[in-house]
Amino acid sequence: MDFGSISLVLLVASVMVSATPILLAAIGEMVVERSGVLNLGVEGMMITGAVVGFAVGVNTGSAWPGFAAAALASAVLSLTFGVLTQLFLSNQVATGLGLTLFGLGLSALIGKPYEGMKSPTLPKLDLGPLSDIPVLGRMVFSHDLMVYLSLALVAAVWAFLKFTRAGLILRAAGENHDAAHALGYKVVRIRLAAIAFGGACAGLGGAYLSLVRVPQWTEGMTAGAGWIALAIVVFASWRPWWVLVGAYLFGGVTVLQLNLQAAGAQVPVAILSASPYLVTILVLVVISARGVHGAPASLGRPFHASQ
Amino acid sequence: MNRRTLLASAAIALAAPAAMAQDEPVKAGFIYVGPIGDGGWTYEHDKARLAVEEHFGDQVETVYQESVPEGADAQRAITQMALSGADIIFTTSFGFMDPTVEVASKFPDVMFEHATGYKTADNLSTYSARFYEGRAIQGHIAGSMTETNKIGYIASFPIPEVIRGINSAYLHAKEVNPDVEFNIVWAYTWFDPAKEADAARALIENGNDVILQHTDSTAPQAAAQEAGDVITFGQASDMSEYAPSPRVSSIIDNWAPYYIDRVQAVIDGSWESQQVWHGIGEGMVEIGEISDAVPEEVRTSALELKERLASGEYHPFTGPINRQDGSAWLAEGEVADDETLLGMDFYVEGLTGEIPN
Amino acid sequence: MITLEKRPQPSRTWTFLAPVAAVLLTMIVGGAMFALLGTDPVAAIRTIFWDPLFNPQFASYSRPQLLVKAGPLILIAIGLSLGFRAGVWNIGAEGQYIMGAICGAGAGLMFYPSESVLIFPLMILAGALGGWAWAMIPAFFKTRFGTNEILVSLMLVYVAESILASVSSGLLRNPEGRGFPGSRNFQQWDAGANRDLVAGTGMHWGVVAAFIAVILAYVLLTRHIQGFNIRLSGEAPRAARFSGVNPARVVIFCLGTAGALAGLAGLFEVSGPAGQISIDFNSGYGFTAIIVAFLGRLHPVGILLAGLLMALTYIGGELAQLMLSVPGASIQLFQGMLLFFLLGVDVFTNYRLRIGKREAA
Repeated sequence: MDFGSISLVLLVASVMVSATPILLAAIGEMVVERSGVLNLGVEGMMITGAVVGFAVGVNTGSAWPGFAAAALASAVLSLTFGVLTQLFLSNQVATGLGLTLFGLGLSALIGKPYEGMKSPTLPKLDLGPLSDIPVLGRMVFSHDLMVYLSLALVAAVWAFLKFTRAGLILRAAGENHDAAHALGYKVVRIRLAAIAFGGACAGLGGAYLSLVRVPQWTEGMTAGAGWIALAIVVFASWRPWWVLVGAYLFGGVTVLQLNLQAAGAQVPVAILSASPYLVTILVLVVISARGVHGAPASLGRPFHASQ
Repeated sequence: MNRRTLLASAAIALAAPAAMAQDEPVKAGFIYVGPIGDGGWTYEHDKARLAVEEHFGDQVETVYQESVPEGADAQRAITQMALSGADIIFTTSFGFMDPTVEVASKFPDVMFEHATGYKTADNLSTYSARFYEGRAIQGHIAGSMTETNKIGYIASFPIPEVIRGINSAYLHAKEVNPDVEFNIVWAYTWFDPAKEADAARALIENGNDVILQHTDSTAPQAAAQEAGDVITFGQASDMSEYAPSPRVSSIIDNWAPYYIDRVQAVIDGSWESQQVWHGIGEGMVEIGEISDAVPEEVRTSALELKERLASGEYHPFTGPINRQDGSAWLAEGEVADDETLLGMDFYVEGLTGEIPN
Repeated sequence: MITLEKRPQPSRTWTFLAPVAAVLLTMIVGGAMFALLGTDPVAAIRTIFWDPLFNPQFASYSRPQLLVKAGPLILIAIGLSLGFRAGVWNIGAEGQYIMGAICGAGAGLMFYPSESVLIFPLMILAGALGGWAWAMIPAFFKTRFGTNEILVSLMLVYVAESILASVSSGLLRNPEGRGFPGSRNFQQWDAGANRDLVAGTGMHWGVVAAFIAVILAYVLLTRHIQGFNIRLSGEAPRAARFSGVNPARVVIFCLGTAGALAGLAGLFEVSGPAGQISIDFNSGYGFTAIIVAFLGRLHPVGILLAGLLMALTYIGGELAQLMLSVPGASIQLFQGMLLFFLLGVDVFTNYRLRIGKREAA
């Protein structure tokens, strides 16, 4: 057995790329859930973002309009969910699952003409002296811009929730919507905004898959990434930096197990392939054993002003 | 819409007499395991279906159902297709075997064709492709071209089809390059582009400069292109959008000649149950163009190997070959029998690691 | 200005009218979608909603198939609904379904080729136990450490899939299957087969179990103290604690019941319609059942109807693909739409529209 061929530098570099779609989708979903809404439609929004991003990328010949269109399209799609759950007070869990079905079907129909095409992708950034730092340069300073944007987004969400008044209001809506309403805040509007933000993030995550990480369009290509994003939000106990930890941990174990196989480790493959899920469970158990961080109190409950 | 009212009673067992009037088109049905847009396995079967339509024109009508899960849903899908008046039904995944057998027994007048299985009946044939012949050529090119002597292999599930491919590629890489080493990653999926991309990157980062894949998406091709200095082979479809490099050649599943042949047999009334395992010679396995990235002498020898395979002069599993544990499998000059190949569940000597189970 | 006003009592009229209105809306909008795709909308709608039930060519076959498709959905959804009522979020029924199938099939195959009449009951027991045990993992972590059950139950689905792939090509592989993955076929082994009780009706043991589960759940929720505790835990957790309900026991009961029922569904499926354990044995019943549970408003009778409706759209969708050559994706889109309308229109059951000046909230 020789693990000498597994390079930590390359491993970390791989993890940052492979975790980005999940990270983007998860940080968006976290904001949605902090506002008190549970949207299980992440998979549907991601794949819609993937196909729209790819299509626009191919047609414009550039990845950035693709990302913008993906964010927009998924945000619009998420508002279907928003209108149903917030204005028509439909059940969030079922509506979210309906959104997943809807998105999977829609994306396949949109994507038909784009199968087998190649798209423009994002260049790796040259961060000048930073990229030249030995080890660290290759490890963290040699990625495309979206990787850094996803990290910046985590920081921004953290700062927004912690330091801004709007963030406070959003959290209030999630913790106790009746009290927030009594204080004069427009709970429904806040939540619609959060849902649209979550949709946009999921769309970006999907577009990152189809434009950078894979890159291609194929029907069903998200292959469950949206579900992992949902799990990461829970893993993080609804805290932004822990979303980052969760996404990188999950992505890390996934990449590591493939590397261990590639290096010929004598570990049963069935265990290796289940390891990302097992490790995530185990770490969450350890975290929760040390103190419970609950979900937002109004999560998933319908809100109606007359109540 | 063709609504020949065939059945009104629950007694499916007394199924439709497939009385084919001359003017009525023959109906050919196809059951797919994945979406047509998978770009690989199902995509190629559907291409062949379209070729059938093209070939026969008004004489034949085709129907299909995509993304049919294996198991209970498959049996229903096949039955409904038979009820809809199909004269011949192709079920295109191994997992459809038992459902196809079951439905075939209830519709004695409908012809069934099951891909990659081994159970037959009077109205049920099986067909499969000797992809391992194509793997031999891949192995030959890979072994000749690797500079690190490390070849990465993205495998899906540990089933005979996949194991056969690994063995065949390895034997022929080893033949031209005794120092070659295979690193196998089991992705445990047929189709997950993101995971396939990760697997390809992991292999590349571990020093493999040739990536062979037995999963369906082009994600490994893209990963290889990004890395540079890595070569790949198209799987199931040509994947020519990645030619001339990293994709230097490919194995193409070409089902069209077989499908046309069998539908013709139904039209002629000459259809008979059979078991076929076609290879390069019959055209079911095609080798995609070997690109300019391959040195001239390697290309020549690869094409020569292809000729010998096509003519049947050479069999990829010709002894002496030992099993991984060193025990003898094939003696000098002995050729593997189809029975062993069909159920192959062991590595040949020289491969490292264990087949997972 | 249009506002919603809560009705003092849920409207009885709308309880029945809402699903009808939703189906009509879906027919209109879905029909428009099919027209856009170049398919005759009337034919498409008729094929999906009418043909599985009444088409002379298919109905005698597809009507019983409705039960076959709805059976596992209802069985799983009944179990899930108890948990959802109590605020226990088990979304890993798919994993419990897989483990039930593996354990049940494994227990049976140990005695192959015995023809003892005890084998099938043993398989049922093992299937229920397998699903139950898999659900006990999130239950244990939740009650012991407060670990969130959404994550644990969901992640265990993927672990179960990994185990499924492993046993299909290893432990449970058919020794006479020429090295191919997949277990022996239960349909060819009388002692382990779950066949139609009356041939051609689709009524196999799993469907019977689903109907029994509906009745038991109804009795539990309306007549039994545990049912009351479950509802109380979901609607007013604090009140539940004050009145002496042990939250840990509710969690264990709900997850355990859901797991056992999902495990049973898996066992009945593997020994019946599916026939064998294979790498791709599971096809999403555990997730679809979540939709069924909520579509049925977490009420046993509602779940029964919702399960049948979902089954109808699946089978009708298959027929539409077959007869009209519409892409499979358009059926998914159509199902998504139907859900949206069903869930959206439901608002009128509990609220009424008020047009005009806004009242003080």
